[in-house]
Amino acid sequence: MANQKYLLVCSGESCDADKNHLLQEALQREVAASGLGATVQVVKTGCFGFCAKGPVVKILPEETLYVEVQPSDAAAIVQEHLVAGKPVARLCYDQQQSKLHAKLEDIDFYQKQVRIVLRNCGVIDPDSIDEYITRDGYVALEKVLFEMTPEDVITELRKSDLRGRGGAGFPTWRKWEFTRQVTNPEKYVMCNADEGDPGAYMDRSTLEGDPHSILEAMMIAGYTCGSSKGIIYIRAEYPLAIARLKRAIRQAKEYGLMGDQVLGTDFCFDIEIRLGAGAFVCGEETALIASTEGSRGMPRPRPPFPAVKGLWDKPTVINNVETYASIPVIIMKGGDWYARIGTETSKGTKVFALTGKVKNSGLIEVPMGTTLREIVFGIGGGIIGGKTFKAVQTGGPSGGLIPEEYLDTPIDYENLSKLGSIVGSGGMIVMDEDDCVLDVTKFYLDFSVDESCGKCAPCRIGGKTLLTLLDRISKGTGTEDDLAHMKQLSVAMQRASLCGLGQTTPNPVLSIIRHFEDELNNHIQDRHCPAGKCTALVRFEIDPEACIGCTVCARRCPVNCIAGDRKLPHVIDQERCVKCGACLEACKFNAVIKS
Amino acid sequence: MSEERSQVAGSAGDEKLTPELVAFVEEWKPQPGNVIMVLHQVQEHFGYIPRSVAFEVAERLDVPVAKVYGVITFYHFFRMVRPGRHSIAVCMGTACYLKGGQDLINELEMLLGCSNGSVTDDGEFGIEAVRCIGCCGLAPVLTVDGEVFGNLTADDLPGILAQYRGK
Ligand SMILES: Cc1cc2nc3c(=O)[nH]c(=O)nc-3n(C[C@H](O)[C@H](O)[C@H](O)COP(=O)(O)O)c2cc1C
Ligand code: FES
Repeated sequence: MANQKYLLVCSGESCDADKNHLLQEALQREVAASGLGATVQVVKTGCFGFCAKGPVVKILPEETLYVEVQPSDAAAIVQEHLVAGKPVARLCYDQQQSKLHAKLEDIDFYQKQVRIVLRNCGVIDPDSIDEYITRDGYVALEKVLFEMTPEDVITELRKSDLRGRGGAGFPTWRKWEFTRQVTNPEKYVMCNADEGDPGAYMDRSTLEGDPHSILEAMMIAGYTCGSSKGIIYIRAEYPLAIARLKRAIRQAKEYGLMGDQVLGTDFCFDIEIRLGAGAFVCGEETALIASTEGSRGMPRPRPPFPAVKGLWDKPTVINNVETYASIPVIIMKGGDWYARIGTETSKGTKVFALTGKVKNSGLIEVPMGTTLREIVFGIGGGIIGGKTFKAVQTGGPSGGLIPEEYLDTPIDYENLSKLGSIVGSGGMIVMDEDDCVLDVTKFYLDFSVDESCGKCAPCRIGGKTLLTLLDRISKGTGTEDDLAHMKQLSVAMQRASLCGLGQTTPNPVLSIIRHFEDELNNHIQDRHCPAGKCTALVRFEIDPEACIGCTVCARRCPVNCIAGDRKLPHVIDQERCVKCGACLEACKFNAVIKS
Repeated sequence: MSEERSQVAGSAGDEKLTPELVAFVEEWKPQPGNVIMVLHQVQEHFGYIPRSVAFEVAERLDVPVAKVYGVITFYHFFRMVRPGRHSIAVCMGTACYLKGGQDLINELEMLLGCSNGSVTDDGEFGIEAVRCIGCCGLAPVLTVDGEVFGNLTADDLPGILAQYRGK
């Protein structure tokens, strides 16, 4: 129908959190009530990525984007936009507080993005295989099965130069070629959906928004490598993604796109789901295999690589969700097309979860080679509350902090590792002047130590020792010798640890020693934490001149360590103070001083 | 051996696999690598893995109890104590940490009078710090019984607790 309109409502977890089903129902009700039911369709879709401004509603074909929409706004959208044909100004995203931006392509957040992995997220209903098929879904599988040999597929991937998006950046075509060459009637294709980086959710949104793309790519891998069995290893913490995958598998089987004799050919393929149980190390491929086999997720030395000896000792291809999601597009548009995007050594696009102290946090997909500045200050809209940028962290617990002076670096695997960080799986966390680099590094180290499986000594003991040293510095009792000791330990861990976890645990530590020496020295020499985060180095005092004795602080103090009579200056007992800062927040007279 | 084992199991507690869970165990039994999938189903049902049930699972799957315990203790997701009637999970992933996840935990501890990782005396609420739940755009975030609350400050907490108390 010519004047058919669609109201797309995000149903990603971040927006669902905002009780989106109510919004969807309200829109449906309003549409029906206004008699537009025949020409307007309310559709639930996957994540639009603009999570900071959710819930988000998009209207097609005009591509109007409404942000922070409440169920009570449904009437306005239907009456003003659909009936009267005028955009609802107050719901449009207001970028400069002056100009309203109604169209998707006008908004900075989307302008610099190129969506390959996220092509269908926020566009189709993830629960509908028909919508996936309408958007060229399963065309790549058909092309592979009827027009290409396994060698052709590998050639195409080789041309695309796609590198694994799970962290290590290993060329995908090589991994597939190794597995293909091993002769064994039983091989496995696995999808790593364990997404363990705390503070990142790229894979989750892809699985929730476009589950069929992963199934399609795994089947292409199966055909290419000679496997008929796929396994998706997914975190149990992602129930929505699990439910959508299960439904997608069922639908694909009903359509003859999975199971015996796919599309009438001799190719058979089946996919099973296995649940993780909250262990970061299980993202490492050999640990992932151990966990799928039902054991404790402990890594083992490589070689032998999974391509030769993987699940149940059979040749196994393991790829990340995002790697898989890129593959159908590469098959359809060709490897050469894909290789035109990106930098010399890193082709294509990368999805990042942009979070922290940035205005527009959300999920973004940019060509490799985009600079950090374009992401943080362009797409991200800069720092919240006009504060000063301090660092951006990439690669999660295995990555490092990157300071202001390197913001113009184009992102690719090599460039970021030169800066002492990694591209990693796609976490990108922005920090401002209120964040202490030491405190953040302690957070990551604490995480890695907690997640160490304990099998090898360098990781188990080295990580713990690093944490102790760092803790000492944050308490003001560290010395310069401690820094030297930390460097030495870090190098030993990088060289001697059994798996990637221990090898990369020291990365955040090394990155602050390299880029934030001054701030570390503030802690060591001056016993001072410039950001005021390291509580042992912070002191709260009451200025007797400014205090009017209103008693508010004394009543707010959780440990009752503030004494003083009404209308007389109060005093904080430094011995008992837990430095929570409640008094500072409570005081209306600026009498509490933090130093 | 097996008799000895079931004796220990009998004395360990009174929770038992339900007929549905037994059917689930039997369905998975022939499949290799089944322990984790079975434990997930058990925890889904009881909210935790009771000691007696862990023994029963080991026996039915015919694997050593040590293996079952090895798996339970390795993975953060599995619990061995009964959770509160309402489970509060505060995200302490990086994004939430930077935006004040710890403040939420401190405030909850004050409001409920129980510490992170434990359950209130009346069994109403349990507090737990968890890793990124994938809603970083809404940081800081917590969930109560799986329902997500985002962009929180400590002041929002009494209202949230009130929605669940006594329900
Ligand atoms: C400690 C550790 C955690 C990892 N976590 C993940 C993860 O959560 N998701 C992922 O895809 N890869 C993860 N990896 C990388 C995998 O070992 C493996 O390289 C990847 O899944 C291969 O897929 P790719 O070639 O498509 O990147 C992790 C590696 C290490 C050492
Ligand atoms: S860090 Fe809290 S939801 Fe991701």
